[in-house]
Amino acid sequence: MTDLHAAPVIAARPLGGVPAVEVRGLRKEFRRHDRRAGLFARKTRVALDGVSLEIARGECVAILGQNGSGKSTLVRLLSTLLLPDGGEARVFGHDVFAAPRPVRRLVNRVSVEASFFKKMSPQENLGYAARFYGMTSKQTRDLIPEILGRVGFPADRRHEPMEALSRGMQQKVALARALLTSPVLLLLDEPTTGLDPRSKLEVQEFVREVRTVHDATILLCTHDLAEAESLADRVGILDRGRLLFLETVPEIRERFGVATLEEAFFAATGREFEAESDDDEEREVFA
Amino acid sequence: MKALATTLRAELIGLGGVVERNVYLTKRYILWDVAFFVWTVANTLTIVFIAKGIEATGGSIDVNRATTTLLIGAVVWAYLGILFEFLTETVAWERWEGTIEYTFMAPLSRSMHLAGQGVFAILYGLARAVLLFVVVAFFFDLALPDADFLAALVVLVVASVSFIGIGTMTAVLPLISPEKGMQLGFVAQGMLLVVSGVYYPVSVLPTWMEWLAKISPATYALDGIREAILEGQGLSTMWDEIWPLLVIGAASIPLGLWVFGRGEQYAKRHGKLKRSG
Repeated sequence: MTDLHAAPVIAARPLGGVPAVEVRGLRKEFRRHDRRAGLFARKTRVALDGVSLEIARGECVAILGQNGSGKSTLVRLLSTLLLPDGGEARVFGHDVFAAPRPVRRLVNRVSVEASFFKKMSPQENLGYAARFYGMTSKQTRDLIPEILGRVGFPADRRHEPMEALSRGMQQKVALARALLTSPVLLLLDEPTTGLDPRSKLEVQEFVREVRTVHDATILLCTHDLAEAESLADRVGILDRGRLLFLETVPEIRERFGVATLEEAFFAATGREFEAESDDDEEREVFA
Repeated sequence: MKALATTLRAELIGLGGVVERNVYLTKRYILWDVAFFVWTVANTLTIVFIAKGIEATGGSIDVNRATTTLLIGAVVWAYLGILFEFLTETVAWERWEGTIEYTFMAPLSRSMHLAGQGVFAILYGLARAVLLFVVVAFFFDLALPDADFLAALVVLVVASVSFIGIGTMTAVLPLISPEKGMQLGFVAQGMLLVVSGVYYPVSVLPTWMEWLAKISPATYALDGIREAILEGQGLSTMWDEIWPLLVIGAASIPLGLWVFGRGEQYAKRHGKLKRSG
């Protein structure tokens, strides 16, 4: 097995101009009370351990990892929702942690949980989100039904409360929320987890469209190997906070002499992709 | 200059968005609000009837004046409760719904975000306070021939700036403790009013509490409102109440934003924005 833990890989492609995402040695720890160890005892878990990567403008990069591998932590850090314990991150040249406001204008995110005001309708929820990006009600009145239509949401249901919509429908509204603000960097954190096969395909089709039509750069964090392979230009494996590699699928196959990403994961970590230990479960609670 | 105007416009649109969202949510939960209002009326009555109770048990007091004094105290208490509730909901409600991460990663400044919450809280709280005063007054044969209600309302609005500043400091508590932070907002409300003469003159307090009363905006709000309603004093004679309110407001808003900012940094450092469960 290749010794991948010796040095985290900085995988970069020849880039024209400023990279969309530039991450150097990013580290994040979480500390929680450990009552079993004592009243004031704390337990520290490293969610990200010196992660470095670059994503070129217009590129789609998938980060694969098990639960608790640090995928969501990476997305939250790039979304300005967490502060790091080390390292740096830039989005289109803007320092994510020192100057988060310009970054916020460029980034949007879709996560595994749709997260809306349940009593409010899609129209109202999207309107609320749009105001935070300086869009008036006049601007969003026609735009919201149009975008909802593009993600396959029936426009005539846009006034129903969110709580009356299925999980798949809610996720489409989440996609519309991200698209509404025209992000140049879209962070997708397991956007298809828990969706039925049809909704999953619709979401994946939408991701392709966003990329081609809107020239968006996409960071897709997922534990769906097939999804990563079908959508991304490059795939990385994040294992227990360390980015083992970030390469094209043919390069990964060649590096490990394997036919599938699942086999590559096994070759790189010595563990089955689907197998999760107690340690991984605990890491998920922390990260 | 143009860039500044564009940014300001976007910020004001964001502020409007927060108000708009609160209008939607208030409409959706209006029956719950009605139920809560009934509870507030009942609670206020239990306090205001004390004046009549004292007379009925042989005490000698000016019932009309005592009833109005208690009513003003109870209305201000309820008003402050609504303000603090809306401000602590800035975090607590969004965290519960899971929307907080989307709100906090948006490019709207935190000051405008909180201002939007404050503006709606003031508008909703004022409407509720007026209604509460009218409904409870209906139970008593109050004679208020000289009352200057407009002046009383202006004093309450001016005081609201300080209340929002203090409420902003408490709004951060659910970020630090998602489970118990919101309840701690009520502690701040109680502490503020107990030193401010909510149902009694400040002069009855121990000396050290009287000193605290001097820096509490509620003291000047209660004094001003009582002077306007009981004595019929207009704004022109209330500078003694207005200027401390302006000074405390000017200090408490930046202090509130600073405290909230520190809390937000703490939450981002420790991963507290993430919704659990």
